[in-house]
Amino acid sequence: MNLTLKIWRQAGPRAQGEMVTYPVTDISEDMSFLEMLDVLNEQLNARGEEPIAFDSDCREGICGMCGLMISGQAHGPEVTTTCQLHMRSFKDGDEITVEPWRADAFPVIKDLVVDRSSFDRIIQAGGFISANTGSAPEAHSVPVPKPKADRSFMAAACIGCGACVAACPNASGMLFMGAKITHLGELPQGQPERDARVVSMVSTHDHEGFGGCTNVGACADACPKEIPLDVINQLNKDLRRALMHGE
Amino acid sequence: MTAPTTERTELIHGLYTEGEPIVDTKAPAGPIEQRWSKRKFEAALVNPANRRKLSVIIVGTGLAGGAAAATLGEAGYHVKSFCYQDSPRRAHSIAAQGGINAAKNYKEDGDSVFRLFYDTVKGGDYRSRESNVYRLAEVSANIIDQCVAQGVPFAREYGGLLDNRSFGGVQVSRTFYARGQTGQQLLIGAYQALERQVAAGTVEMFARHEMLELVVVDGKARGIIARDLVTGEVETHLADAVVLASGGYGNVFYLSTNAMGSNVTATWRAHRKGAYFGNPCYTQIHPTCIPVSGEHQSKLTLMSESLRNDGRIWVPKKAEDCEKDPREIPEEDRDYYLERIYPSFGNLVPRDIASRQAKNVCDEGRGVGPKVGDFRRGVYLDFTDALKRMSAEAVAEKYGNLLDMYQRITGENPYEVPMRIYPAVHYTMGGLWVDYDLQSSIPGLFVAGEANFSDHGANRLGASALMQGLADGYFVLPNTIRDYLAKGPFEALEESHPSVVEAKAAVDARVAKFLSINGDRSVDSFHKELGNIMWEYCGMERSEEGLLKAIDLIRGLRDEFWRNVKVLGAADTLNQSLEKAGRVADFLELGELMCIDALHRRESCGGHFRAESQTEDGEALRHDDEYAYVAAWEWGGDSGAPVLHKEDLVYEFVEMKQRSYK
Repeated sequence: MNLTLKIWRQAGPRAQGEMVTYPVTDISEDMSFLEMLDVLNEQLNARGEEPIAFDSDCREGICGMCGLMISGQAHGPEVTTTCQLHMRSFKDGDEITVEPWRADAFPVIKDLVVDRSSFDRIIQAGGFISANTGSAPEAHSVPVPKPKADRSFMAAACIGCGACVAACPNASGMLFMGAKITHLGELPQGQPERDARVVSMVSTHDHEGFGGCTNVGACADACPKEIPLDVINQLNKDLRRALMHGE
Repeated sequence: MTAPTTERTELIHGLYTEGEPIVDTKAPAGPIEQRWSKRKFEAALVNPANRRKLSVIIVGTGLAGGAAAATLGEAGYHVKSFCYQDSPRRAHSIAAQGGINAAKNYKEDGDSVFRLFYDTVKGGDYRSRESNVYRLAEVSANIIDQCVAQGVPFAREYGGLLDNRSFGGVQVSRTFYARGQTGQQLLIGAYQALERQVAAGTVEMFARHEMLELVVVDGKARGIIARDLVTGEVETHLADAVVLASGGYGNVFYLSTNAMGSNVTATWRAHRKGAYFGNPCYTQIHPTCIPVSGEHQSKLTLMSESLRNDGRIWVPKKAEDCEKDPREIPEEDRDYYLERIYPSFGNLVPRDIASRQAKNVCDEGRGVGPKVGDFRRGVYLDFTDALKRMSAEAVAEKYGNLLDMYQRITGENPYEVPMRIYPAVHYTMGGLWVDYDLQSSIPGLFVAGEANFSDHGANRLGASALMQGLADGYFVLPNTIRDYLAKGPFEALEESHPSVVEAKAAVDARVAKFLSINGDRSVDSFHKELGNIMWEYCGMERSEEGLLKAIDLIRGLRDEFWRNVKVLGAADTLNQSLEKAGRVADFLELGELMCIDALHRRESCGGHFRAESQTEDGEALRHDDEYAYVAAWEWGGDSGAPVLHKEDLVYEFVEMKQRSYK
């Protein structure tokens, strides 16, 4: 198939960016979206133009490194990561816009590459259970009821890609944060730090420039791992509880 | 780069020389179950007050590097952690699906530390060290405890206790798992522990940084030269010790199940500075990957080999049927070749055999799926019988996520049309040579996880890569490195020291060189060509003739690379072509060493088949009398030949046997 791509080009963090149009031809429907960009980059390189910078690593939908706004949708039209989006989701003659994640908390580094280190700082604020190596009790000493273990696992499936933030009109990181609060909060091991965790993470989230949640739900729709909106309820419940406890 | 100075032989095969054997791996003697306790007791201690004065650089944030950084940070050392990705949470350990072995014996099915040790040594086809593997089995149970305490959500039973499954052909259920995302959950556990130490100030994190050179001063590893991939700045980082946990080098084949950025540069640069490279030709090829669909292919995706439990593998008997709809090929025209050749194991033969036979039937012209080059590279993995026997719901319950993934990538519905699979490079058992302490042949340089060669011998058992990464990172390295650090802090080092200046200048010159060649070919085009050579001649089946040809081809390609590569853009900005150029330049050197190693090992062993070493009925033939050793290669200089150091493998507790699956 033949397509017209309109791609965001930006030379550096402080440079002025612009949309640039690139026609591509003979695209196979078996290519992934990123392989289609690889093909374009090879053509650009051959004619002496600098290739388009974009992030990707595992290319099997699990590392969370890739992420593009494709015609206005985070990771494009399917519920999956950009690397697992295939060209059979498009048709001959389509015009596709390709932009980086847009959020104050994710500044653009170059072209389609953004800085998501704000997510790491939210985890640093409390997204962990303090258990030094060697201090762990025997694994079976703490049984976990299966429904709680399953819900914890569901929330732990978050890959930290940032699609939730990109999709949100407020650029809020509440789904990402709610997933971590739920993952750790459902487990008995996560209880001792539960109050402090939520207060500290929310404070860091706001400080990093993420917006507030207004229950739009675009985050959960965009999530390639289908993290449900109710993890945000869990977050709010935990926050209220922590504040009542005087955290 | 220093040329070897020790005694060595004349050139062998015109390609390499042989140097002094390695006699001491520093493993304690005595009963095997006491060796690790003995080593920990004898390792010197570091006073807690002195630890913050001791600095350790750790390159890589996967299971081994992330766990080591967190643990050393918790202990109070000053850690600097590096990864090329935008966050430590992206490391490729995340992609492991299946599970992690541990000798907990929760199923009371006869498992034990000794049995896990025994299975791992046997699985490695008797080419790993007994002492190391026993230690791995010994600490495996601690790993599960640690991960559960961190909140890793392993699968559980209704009673709330942990579930186990059997994996990779062993007869006990010792594999812990978190659906098909075990690697992700374990990595996030290590990542969170690491970020906790970043917050505590014990670990300094350098994401989007790539190590490009090792700093060696007075024979000791004292730092790295790294490039900030965002600003392009070439930085010097000095420390008392350096740990490489930078993963495997499967991307030398271009197409593999590794991440796009997985590379050999950290370990290869250390190799050029004197670290021996152990068994570079030992690679694992996984039989159940989704086949290549065209020239554009950038990576291969693995599907858990558990699919072979219920799927049947076949190709058409006649080459002319290969283009037909498989559902229209009658039963009598199908060749269920694994069931035919190996009636007792059938579709469940080990990874290496399943892989090699798939290649054989495709080489015969009976492969299926799209033609890539001159061949169809695929065989059917058919669930039709399972769907009749089990119902679609039961199949979906057991394999749903894998079948969905297949459908997403290929656009074909595996509930209706047989899937197509083909082997792909998946793991590298080879890596930098280390002693029992995980210390390389350069004092102060430690190597952990897939980056070292130590525990898997010539073939890795399923669910043991995650075990080794975390064993090294949480429990082994933090104990052994303190024996080295106890001798420090070492003499203060200035960035103006000649060895430091030289290392940095070498990086600057190399970056400038890539940008100045301005030839006609992209970095990727060289990488693809190298990958084709490696896959063809140094893949599942190797022969003397093929390997000699590969070495010539690689030398020619490397020469062209340095004359004709085209890298655009600048040095002082994010430049992904420049990053790739450095990685491919190192793969072009590694590929030659892999071929030399494969050439010298005239036996079929573990994951690889040597055409000149087979039984009368075409099965792999090992030669324990000649090759029961680790091949540790020393860099011979840019114009010299590599030097082989042999470390004999002595089996005191496990008897060496030939494998048979007929």
